[in-house]
Amino acid sequence: MKILVCISNVPDTTTRIAIGPDGKSISTAGIQWIINPWDELALTRALELKDVGRVTEVVVANVGPTLTEATLRKALATGADRALRVNTEPTDAWSVAINLAELIKNEAFDVILCGIESSDHNGSVVGGLLAGILDMNIISSVSGLDIEGDTLKVQREIAGGKELHETSAPVVLVVQKGIALAPRIPSMRGIMMARTKPLLTSDPVSSEPMTATAQLFMPKAKGACRMVDAENAGDLIRLLHEEAKVI
Amino acid sequence: MSILVYTENREGKFKKQSFELVSYAHALAQLAGREVIALSVGEVADDELKQLGEYGASRIIAIDYSGHLESRNFSKLIHHWVGALGPDIVLFADNNTGKSLAGGVAARLKAGVVSGVSGLPISMEPFILSKMVYTGKVNAQIQINTHHKVVLLAGNSFGVHTNPVTSIIEHHNIVAELASPSSELLSTEMQKGKILLSEAEVVVSGGRGMKGPENWGPIEELAGLLGAATACTRPVSDEGWRPHTEHVGQTGKVINPNIYFAFGISGAIQHVAGVSRSKVIVAVNKDPEAAIFSVADYGIVGDVNQALPQLIAAAKTLKDNA
Ligand SMILES: Cc1cc2nc3c(=O)[nH]c(=O)nc-3n(C[C@H](O)[C@H](O)[C@H](O)COP(=O)(O)OP(=O)(O)OC[C@H]3O[C@@H](n4cnc5c(N)ncnc54)[C@H](O)[C@@H]3O)c2cc1C
Ligand SMILES: Nc1ncnc2c1ncn2[C@@H]1O[C@H](COP(=O)(O)O)[C@@H](O)[C@H]1O
Repeated sequence: MKILVCISNVPDTTTRIAIGPDGKSISTAGIQWIINPWDELALTRALELKDVGRVTEVVVANVGPTLTEATLRKALATGADRALRVNTEPTDAWSVAINLAELIKNEAFDVILCGIESSDHNGSVVGGLLAGILDMNIISSVSGLDIEGDTLKVQREIAGGKELHETSAPVVLVVQKGIALAPRIPSMRGIMMARTKPLLTSDPVSSEPMTATAQLFMPKAKGACRMVDAENAGDLIRLLHEEAKVI
Repeated sequence: MSILVYTENREGKFKKQSFELVSYAHALAQLAGREVIALSVGEVADDELKQLGEYGASRIIAIDYSGHLESRNFSKLIHHWVGALGPDIVLFADNNTGKSLAGGVAARLKAGVVSGVSGLPISMEPFILSKMVYTGKVNAQIQINTHHKVVLLAGNSFGVHTNPVTSIIEHHNIVAELASPSSELLSTEMQKGKILLSEAEVVVSGGRGMKGPENWGPIEELAGLLGAATACTRPVSDEGWRPHTEHVGQTGKVINPNIYFAFGISGAIQHVAGVSRSKVIVAVNKDPEAAIFSVADYGIVGDVNQALPQLIAAAKTLKDNA
């Protein structure tokens, strides 16, 4: 089986975010870019399955400008076999999805892994759009994946429990924590090898933006934390009930 | 014109989120001059379907179906009804189900889709919605340019409001053209009383300050009293003190309950990334300088072992008086 892991390039969570002069995008100065955490877990599981011989090739793909190559190289250093990059600054989730779909139309993948959300726009929709465009089945909120011969065993969390699905390829899986427990980290050897692994760039297909960011702004600063005396902790419950009205 | 709301049920009972979604649709319909149509799929009795009218749905389309529909076919089915009913706005709850269906519906409609939406649109023309981005650090206003608009409403962001209207229930069988299924639901394992963390209204969470798995009794007791789900920080799940399904934060789950209790949690930025969309954050930490207090709404500087029993006692009293 051949797996495609869709990789979103996002600012590290610890980076301070500042809004750019256009008021619609963030200022990229000084940002540390990382593999979107859930994509990193997806990649980790794909590599684990390759280690045990269930997967023949792990390919990573990103829709993004040259800047994202460092992130793709990190995925290669972690163990992916090759990388694909569609050279464009995505305007919205739709532009990401149609460009990923184009890659998948050109080359058959058995399993396409997307993260549950990308920690930049927190869109949560690329996987669903992609499956819709390709008319493939999709299983979301996946927290476990195993491959047995030609079938995939997929576990997902639902309200009050979990479900086990069996599916044939091709399929889009939208994954969350649980798919892997901790991200795999590149080894020294992996970093050396990554330099010579293929990273192919292709041109985007054109698309009309379906959505656009009209404005970004910083949320109002939170009011001071209201302190309750430790000797009188029970009073907190009363405040939550009477004042905040949340319990 | 109309607004179509997908109202999810579990074993024939609507989820509270479905009522929240219909309440939201009703408010949106007032702004937009639209009719609210609810779409239900499954085996739901008329008495239950009628409830959707209490929150503002004037037309209820019930697709009677007892099997399992894989997401691709589910999206096709909803897409079919968008074609048949002609709504321009299609609403889903932003939960596991909504997330697995909305993209497929939007792709088939060539529609703009926005998830994690909180509150009514800021403007109808152009259609602009607000949501949080960059792990809760930034507010965004997102405009949908297409005729059809697919919206996923963040749970607990609007609330359930009654708006009784007279409603008509129509029963249908599946008439949409579906693909032959490529997957099968093998089994469902339910844990009694377990609340899905990502849908919980109240979450009680513990960090390394709890000192060990043997000290989680009071956290579970408080959660039980408040009808809450339990959660934890990454080191706690890494240590195996708690199951990894409870881990919240940058690399775990992102949650947005009405209230998040943080016991013995320092408030590292990677942790806060997963909980900053909570309405109210309560922190108990013995260190007055802990970062968690800068994002908390209510706080106690003190030992968790002293605070928890007092909170449990107060929650019991509240419950008894309710
Ligand atoms: C790439 C990356 C991703 C990460 N992702 C996540 C993530 O998704 N989720 C996450 O949670 N973390 C994540 N982390 C880890 C994060 O940086 C913190 O290390 C972690 O959140 C700390 O967990 P904690 O608050 O339980 O422990 P600590 O930081 O050790 O805090 C314990 C707190 O308990 C208090 N305390 C101790 N004893 C008591 C007592 N008796 N009574 C009251 N208070 C007490 C202390 O004052 C302290 O503030 C990530 C880190 C990295 C580098
Ligand atoms: N620019 C991108 N390139 C490749 N994959 C992406 C990109 N953006 C998002 N994805 C994938 O889609 C998932 C969900 O992203 P989103 O819908 O933007 O929250 C991510 O976890 C990635 O797997």
